[in-house]
Amino acid sequence: MRREFFDAHAWRATCEAHAGDGGRLGALWASDGPAVHALLITKEGSLSCASLALSGPEFPDVSDLFPAAARMQRAAADLYGVRAGADTRGWLRHDAPYAFVRVEGEGVHEIPVGPVHAGIIEPGHFRFSVVGERVLRLEERLGYTHKGIEKRFEEMSLEEGVRLAGRVSGDSTVAFAWAYSMALEEAAGVRVPPRALWLRALLLERERVANHLGDLGAIGNDGGLAFGLAQFSRLKEDWLRISARLFGHRYLMDRVVPGGVACDLQRAGVEELLEEAGRLEAELRTLRAIYYDHAGLQDRCINCGVLAPRTAAALGVVGLAARASGIAMDARVFPGFAPYGELQPKIACHRNGDVASRIVVRFEELFESLNLVRRIVDSLPSGDAGIPLPQAAEGSFGVGWIEGWRGEVFVALEAGANGRVRRCHPHDPSWQNWPALEHAVIGNIVPDFPLINKSFNLSYAGVDL
Amino acid sequence: MHKILLKIAQVGICTERPRAPDEALRLGAARLNDEMLQLLGRALAIRHVDAGSCNGCELEIHGVNNPYYNLEGLGIKFVAGPRHADMLLVTGPVARNMEEALRRTYDATPEPKLVVAIGDCGCTGGIFGENHASRGRVSNVIPVDAAVPGCPPEPAAIIQGILTAVSVRRNSGSEHDLR
Repeated sequence: MRREFFDAHAWRATCEAHAGDGGRLGALWASDGPAVHALLITKEGSLSCASLALSGPEFPDVSDLFPAAARMQRAAADLYGVRAGADTRGWLRHDAPYAFVRVEGEGVHEIPVGPVHAGIIEPGHFRFSVVGERVLRLEERLGYTHKGIEKRFEEMSLEEGVRLAGRVSGDSTVAFAWAYSMALEEAAGVRVPPRALWLRALLLERERVANHLGDLGAIGNDGGLAFGLAQFSRLKEDWLRISARLFGHRYLMDRVVPGGVACDLQRAGVEELLEEAGRLEAELRTLRAIYYDHAGLQDRCINCGVLAPRTAAALGVVGLAARASGIAMDARVFPGFAPYGELQPKIACHRNGDVASRIVVRFEELFESLNLVRRIVDSLPSGDAGIPLPQAAEGSFGVGWIEGWRGEVFVALEAGANGRVRRCHPHDPSWQNWPALEHAVIGNIVPDFPLINKSFNLSYAGVDL
Repeated sequence: MHKILLKIAQVGICTERPRAPDEALRLGAARLNDEMLQLLGRALAIRHVDAGSCNGCELEIHGVNNPYYNLEGLGIKFVAGPRHADMLLVTGPVARNMEEALRRTYDATPEPKLVVAIGDCGCTGGIFGENHASRGRVSNVIPVDAAVPGCPPEPAAIIQGILTAVSVRRNSGSEHDLR
C-alpha cells in the first residue's frame, strides 16, 4: 500500500483533490512525532495513506471535505495534543464540562440520556432537544469506554497485538483480528496460504450471521414483536454453540491469527455446517415472511429513522447503513479481498434508508452469508491453515481492510524495533455512522429512538478505544 | 397471525430442562429460591452497567435471556434503572470516563446492593489492565460480591455468578443481611 509524507499545505491539497475526485476518507489518526495520517480511498477503490509530519500542534482541518473527520480530529487532539478545526471540546477526554449545542424556542426542552442506559447496552450520552414527542435535534457524546487501547498496543509484541485487536469491539472480533493480521502480513511481506484465507472468510461470515440474527431479534422486540426476539435469540444460540463446538469459541475470538487461523475444519464439520445452513435458511424464510407481513411491526419500521441516500452520501456513511440507503458499497465485492474474488458475494442494497430497509438488508445478507458458507466448505482448498510469520522490519507498515458485519474495519499498523508494535490504529465503521444516526432521528418521536438506534446498532467500544 | 402461532407450536418450549441435582447450575437454581425468599423475599432485579467493556460480555448477558437459559423463568429480571435493582452486573475494566457514572449508579442502588463483576476484565482488568484511562478491575472502584471470569463468560457461567453472589452475601452474615 502506498504511503506518502506531505507538508501541511500539500496534505490538505491531497485531501481536497481526493474529495474532488469522489474519493472518501477511511480513517484519520495521529502518532508520536507528532504526525497525522489519513487513509484515503479513491472512487476506483485504491487505498493510500497520506501522512503529515507536524512541527507544531496545529494541522489542517479536513472535516469540510469529510464530515466524519471531525470526531477523529477531536480524538487525535485528546490523544496527541494536535488540533484541527473549530470544535475544541474534548471527545475522549472527559475532564471538562461539555457544552452541548442548545436548541432554543417556544416549547423546546432537553432530554439527557446516559451514559448508563436502560437496556443491556454500551454507555454513551444522548442529548435530545424535543418539542413534545418530536425530536428536533440529537447530539451524541461518546468516549465513555475509552480505555487507552492504542497506547496498550505499544506495550505489546506484533504477534500479541492481535488479541487486543480482537477486543476493540467484541461483536466484530473476527473482522478486527483479520484486519490486524492482514496489516501485519503486509508489513512482514508474507502471503498466507489459501486454506487460511478461506477459513477466515468462513469465520467472518459466521460473525455476520450471528450479529444479524441478534439484531433482527432485538429490532423486532423494540418494534413490539417479542416473538421475534425469542425466535432469533434461539437461532443465534444454536449458531453460537456450533461455533464453539467446531472452532473453539462462541464468538470466534482469537481464531484469526497473524499467518493464518488457529482452528481447522474436518470432514464431519463440513457436513454439520451444510446441515446447519439448510436448517437456518428454512427458519429464516418463515421468520422473514412473518416480519414482512406483520402490520404492527411494519407500521413501526416503514418511514421510521430515514437516512436519505443523499445524506448518507454526504456524510460518508459506510457498511450496512450505507447499503440500506442506496449506496452499493461492500469491500468484499469492491475492491474485494481474497478469497472473496472467487466467492463472488452479492451486495444487498435498498433505497429507502428507513428501519425497514435496514431489516431487509440484514435478511438478504443472512441468506447470502449462508450461500457463502456453502461455497466455502464445498471448495475449501487443502493445505496448511497457517504459516510461521517472519519478523516485520522496524518501520514497516501495513493496513488491513475488512468488510465486517457492520461495515469496513481498518487496522493501520507500524512495526517497531524487536518485533514490537510502534503504532496501531484500529478503525471501526461506527466512526462514519454515528453522525448519521443524529440525522436519521430528526423529526421522529422519542419512543422510536431505541428502534432506530438498534437498526444501526453502532459500536461504542469500537470508537472510544 | 397463524404463522406466528404455528411457529410457536412447532418450536415448543426449548428452555433446557433443569439439570440433575448434582450439577452446579441446577443446585444454584434450587438454592436461589430459598435464598431469595430469605434474603430478598421476592424476585431478584438486576441492573447491568457497562463500565468499559469491549461489548463481548454484553452479547452473553443478552444470551441469559434467550429461550435456552431463560433467566426470567427463574424469577430474575433485568430492570431499567438502579433504583429498582437489587444487584448490579458490571462488565469491563472500569474506564476512567465511567468511574463516576459507576459510583453514582452504585450509590443509587438500594440495599442489598449486590455486585457481580462479569468477564476477565471485570475480574482483573483483563487485557486492558490499568493505565491512564482504565482503573482496571471493578473491585478497584466499588465492592464486588462475585466475579465471573471468561472472555466472555458463557450465559450459564453468568447465571452461576449471579446465584453465587446471592449465597456469598448470606453466608458472610454481613451487615446487608436483611433477614
